[in-house]
Amino acid sequence: MYHKTTGYRVFSIFNYAFMILAGLACFLPLLHLLAQSLSSKAAISGNMVSFWPVGFNVDAYVKTFNNSNFNGAMLTSIIRTVLGTTISMFILTCAGYALSKEFRGRNALMWFFIFTMLFSGGLIPSYILVTSLGLKDTIWALVLPGAFGAYNLILLVNFFKTIPKALEEAAFIDGASFFVILSKIYLPLSLPGIATVSLFIMVGHWNSWFDGILYMSDASRYPLASFLQTVVVQSNMQNMAMSQSEVAAMSEQSIKAAQIFVSTLPIILVYPFLQRYFVKGIVLGAVKE
Amino acid sequence: MGTVTSAKKVKTKISRRSPWKTEIKKSWPLYVLCLPAFVFVCIFSYGPMVGLVMAFQDYKPWLGISGSRWIGLANFERIFQYDEATQAIVNTLVIAVSKIIVGIIVPIIMAILLSEIRNIGIKKSVQTLVYLPHFLSWVTVAGLMIDILGLDGGVNQILTWMFGSDPIYFLGDPDLFRYTVVVSDVWKSFGFGMIVYLATIAGINPSYYEAAEIDGATRRQQIRYVTLPSMLPMIIVISTLSLGNILDAGFDQVFNLYNPLVYSTGDIIDTYVYRSSLLNGQYGFGTAVGLFKSGISLILIVVSYRLAYKYANYKIF
Repeated sequence: MYHKTTGYRVFSIFNYAFMILAGLACFLPLLHLLAQSLSSKAAISGNMVSFWPVGFNVDAYVKTFNNSNFNGAMLTSIIRTVLGTTISMFILTCAGYALSKEFRGRNALMWFFIFTMLFSGGLIPSYILVTSLGLKDTIWALVLPGAFGAYNLILLVNFFKTIPKALEEAAFIDGASFFVILSKIYLPLSLPGIATVSLFIMVGHWNSWFDGILYMSDASRYPLASFLQTVVVQSNMQNMAMSQSEVAAMSEQSIKAAQIFVSTLPIILVYPFLQRYFVKGIVLGAVKE
Repeated sequence: MGTVTSAKKVKTKISRRSPWKTEIKKSWPLYVLCLPAFVFVCIFSYGPMVGLVMAFQDYKPWLGISGSRWIGLANFERIFQYDEATQAIVNTLVIAVSKIIVGIIVPIIMAILLSEIRNIGIKKSVQTLVYLPHFLSWVTVAGLMIDILGLDGGVNQILTWMFGSDPIYFLGDPDLFRYTVVVSDVWKSFGFGMIVYLATIAGINPSYYEAAEIDGATRRQQIRYVTLPSMLPMIIVISTLSLGNILDAGFDQVFNLYNPLVYSTGDIIDTYVYRSSLLNGQYGFGTAVGLFKSGISLILIVVSYRLAYKYANYKIF
């Protein structure tokens, strides 16, 4: 019985400690951020804040939510996420259901879709296409180009394939159409798969920053992630040379922390509910016998 | 309704149309369902591929594709003449290969170690926490890293406290930048990479372990002779498939972490394309570098899928 050997006990103790550390390592940076956002400027510039707020105050949040640029960017992000996820899921569930069936030309169509995963036009041609379609500076530039994702399609097709054929045949005999079968049988039964893919698309839209910078010529139209990129990353790049002098840049640290934290909050909130789905979703989508 | 459709079916049978047409008649809803995806793919995925002809042009935005001068392969020749471009290719390979190797080994080890945790509460909490960074954007992570890895950030404070060393400039030192990139990538993605391995370990038949135990195998031997061999097919699939990413060093990450100080070791193909084309207006050249990358990636992906199919019987759909 290996459980009782001294060697295994020693290993177990170290293993527990190591795993708890690994878990904390993934979470403490965010806690640090939260603590900073709730701390006073003096405490931050004195490097006194670790994982607990020092000089507790909510000024940074007040300033963040009074910043019209931040609020506008947040609104853009919300609209884009809702709109983008709806469009993507509509396209993907329709195609995913169809492609989980056998029909003439099915394989050719599947390869036509999968090829987009293997080869792409790249940055410049995509930019020129979006510009020439007149989408630049509109929300559609953020929503339409990425609406279809071959990887998500494969996940959904695999999911739909796990639903027993007999269910569908029975429904056919009862006179149900394809569309009724899709909405009444397939959608409810493949909820884990649909939830997984929706989560991926939502998080993708929420986190996506580069297309905002690329397609919005005016910073006031940026979605939240692009706004943050300019505030948090680009401003730091400029300050890098004088990062030791803890003057102006440091005093803004609590506001930056608050902005990052607020932008991450939706993901942290939605994540525990969908986690049970995505583990199942990934495994079913990836592992196939 | 029912009689109408059956009447139609009889009619098609009698008129002996070609099987294609019967097929389409029978499964027309399936084609209709694929239509939106088809339209989107044609416009937004295949559309830009038309624009790839710019790689063979001296593209000028005001002249457009039809008006710009054709210059053959000159843009591609320039890739190997510009030191910056060849440097970006080398950096991409070094960073991507390191990421692939570390990114495969760490999740395997972590999955095995986590599966040794018997306390369900701790196991679930650790799992939940380690998946989390995957869902943060690189902008957020970069914001965290700039703060934590700064000269007076948390990491340097710990290092100074432990070793009394001088503060290290992680994001501004060309010698360290690649390590920073690889380590932060592992931090962000190992939890997510673990999912499939954990599922594989959970699926191992417990009687194997019982048999091994009766034969007197220690836990280490059980891991070596039962757990690892059972994980092998999955390891092979994931390793071969990652071959296709050899030219993908992670634009989002590098773009948010790098700065002119570390271009020599940190500039990758994608960031170079962005700077040389959109910032400096060399559209044709940028497209050529992008096409060079996509072309080689395509070959690698096809090869890797073939290998995965041959050695692990893996099919994408």
